[in-house]
Amino acid sequence: MSYTKKDLITTSNLTKDEIYHFLNLAKEFKALNNSDVKKAKSLYGKTTVNAFFENSTRTRTSFEIAAKRLGADAINFSSSQSSTKKGETLIDTINNIVAMKTDIVVVRHYSSGAAKFVAANTDAHVVNAGDGLNEHPSQALLDLFTILEHRGNLENLTVAIIGDIFHSRVARSNIYAMQTLGIKVKLFGPPMMLTGMEAFGCRICKSMQEALEDTDVIIMLRIQLERQDDEVTFPSVREYSNFFGLTRAKMKFAKDDVMILHPGPINRGVEINSDVADDPRYTHILNQVENGVAVRMAILHTLISNKQG
Amino acid sequence: MTTLIKNATIVNFNETKKANILIESEMIADITTDEPKTDTIIDANGKLVMPGLIDMHVHFRDPGLEYKDDINSGSESAVAGGVTTCLPMANTNPINDNAVITRDMIAKAKARGLIDLLPIGAITKSMDGNKVVEMGDMINAGAVAFSDDGLPVASSDVMRYALEYSKHFGSFVINHSQDCSLCHGGHMNEGRVSAILGIKGMPREQEEIMVSRDLLLAKLTGGHIHIAHVSSEWSLKLIKQARDEGINVTCEVTPHHFTYTEDELMNYDTNFKMSPPLRTKSDVTAVREAIANGLVDVIVTDHAPHHDDEKFIEFDKAPFGILGLQTLIPLTLNLVRDGLISYEKMVELTSTNAAKMLNLKDKGVIAKGMLADLVIVDPDMEYVYDKNLNKSKSSNSPLIGKTLKGAAVKTIKSGKVVFDFPNVVA
Repeated sequence: MSYTKKDLITTSNLTKDEIYHFLNLAKEFKALNNSDVKKAKSLYGKTTVNAFFENSTRTRTSFEIAAKRLGADAINFSSSQSSTKKGETLIDTINNIVAMKTDIVVVRHYSSGAAKFVAANTDAHVVNAGDGLNEHPSQALLDLFTILEHRGNLENLTVAIIGDIFHSRVARSNIYAMQTLGIKVKLFGPPMMLTGMEAFGCRICKSMQEALEDTDVIIMLRIQLERQDDEVTFPSVREYSNFFGLTRAKMKFAKDDVMILHPGPINRGVEINSDVADDPRYTHILNQVENGVAVRMAILHTLISNKQG
Repeated sequence: MTTLIKNATIVNFNETKKANILIESEMIADITTDEPKTDTIIDANGKLVMPGLIDMHVHFRDPGLEYKDDINSGSESAVAGGVTTCLPMANTNPINDNAVITRDMIAKAKARGLIDLLPIGAITKSMDGNKVVEMGDMINAGAVAFSDDGLPVASSDVMRYALEYSKHFGSFVINHSQDCSLCHGGHMNEGRVSAILGIKGMPREQEEIMVSRDLLLAKLTGGHIHIAHVSSEWSLKLIKQARDEGINVTCEVTPHHFTYTEDELMNYDTNFKMSPPLRTKSDVTAVREAIANGLVDVIVTDHAPHHDDEKFIEFDKAPFGILGLQTLIPLTLNLVRDGLISYEKMVELTSTNAAKMLNLKDKGVIAKGMLADLVIVDPDMEYVYDKNLNKSKSSNSPLIGKTLKGAAVKTIKSGKVVFDFPNVVA
């Protein structure tokens, strides 16, 4: 079954079929991306705007390339150049963008719930490209696509998400989508980064060893220092690396065929050491980046198809 | 000018009886079964007549933030909610930390003439938590208690002094209980829902730590501490223990804290964003039990108007607070409907206890010789609380547009009808 909602804000309401719809479509677009002429027409004559109220390089570029490969006019907008600096409200800024006959608005914002708020108050299709600590659905879909592509299926998997879980929108979107698919999710990190995480019904691990053992996929998260204003965090980066970072020595607890993912950007030597991050036996980080374009093409294509349908 | 309210079901804190109320000028001249000839007759058949409600915790945003509400619109909201006496908090702009502002606020309310306005002065100058205000001067000007509500008094030393000094004047201190060092930018209750939403939370312990401190300071000083808008189970346990041990403590709860849980926030609705935040089911149950078993002294609204534009925004940017005056009666009546309290207890919680605490000898009871501050309540009337009924300049209530049950159909202040529910005959 294809996805028929106006927007893509969350993975929490995606059905199994809808998740596979995006993944199957992404597979087709990945093939296109690997061909000589990386161009389709489904967004020809359409305008997408990447409205980014928070800094981003890879996600914004990924959405921009995705839109352009589908034939859209893709415009980038960042808050540092915007009227929000002059005191305009978020919704007024968005409505001005939409008034210019924009078909899809891709929103990244530092406030949790901002994408949902925008979607509820505009007629344009809205894609959540990361809202505060809340969700990052396209990242979760590209993680799943990367796992599916490598393993051939998503059955009977155990995934460990390790690091700064509380401040991670990637973690939330992955947890929702993975649980819908029947994937077991384990969480591990410093206690101050796991606040309230029992709410998701995942197994909370007590050690790196517990997190790594019998795990098929490890998702290492970056410490979100920029989202921890005034908070008491861990004592030091050195201590974090010792107890919660992924090192060659700790990999002895992991399965030989374990996959390592990371939403990037990587803090080398903090959450993951280079000798693990760059080990071709485990790492799929650059595959994730490549697959991100295909997944985002699938999302944009689907939303526009809904409009036409 | 004489008025007879006939066929009244009079509800006082200690009894309910059928009788007629004779009003002469500002006062209740008699409670009688006779029907003396009067200038005006109001037939209250089928309705309840209660003492005018006393709301010990409102924000009228006047002076300084009148675009949200002012003393005039606040007064109109009050009487439309059956409230005839309001205690506005001091976090105005400028802050009500001196006698001049206190006098001005009272004068403005008197000029409008709908309610009695009894200002709460700030505890500290500029609400900066450092230097206690001139309490004696402000009491002479008409202030009745002291609070930096909106902000806690962080310094234990300053709070101690405030309790000692207010006690000297026979007054009391209301603390906004919050240990801000445990906030780190929280926007809602810390727990399951905040974890799901990715919103930084405020643990209940943030409130409970400050409640503990203030109870201990009340023990030290013998001063009267009134704990504002209690929202947590453990705060109530602490208050109970302190009261059992003779500490001079009273407390208040709000309708939103006995009605809603944090689950209401799942859609990031800023109209449910308030401080203290909506908490868990167990907290709501504890608040309701504390109301039923007599631990709670008063129900207050914490009426906190914010302009629509300020709430139509990202959740973490929106200010805390919701309207409350016009939903006080229907939400409190839910406690009666749920069998938690009687009508008499409702009167005690919304009027009589506040009158006692504030030493208002002519309010809080319907009896001969008392001020004719009355509200006629239809407990069964169903209506949509829409923008036409809403008297506030703001509309930040999750109940706007919802069907409510129970309303003030007529409010009488000092013998004069100051509110009539539209198109309803009482």
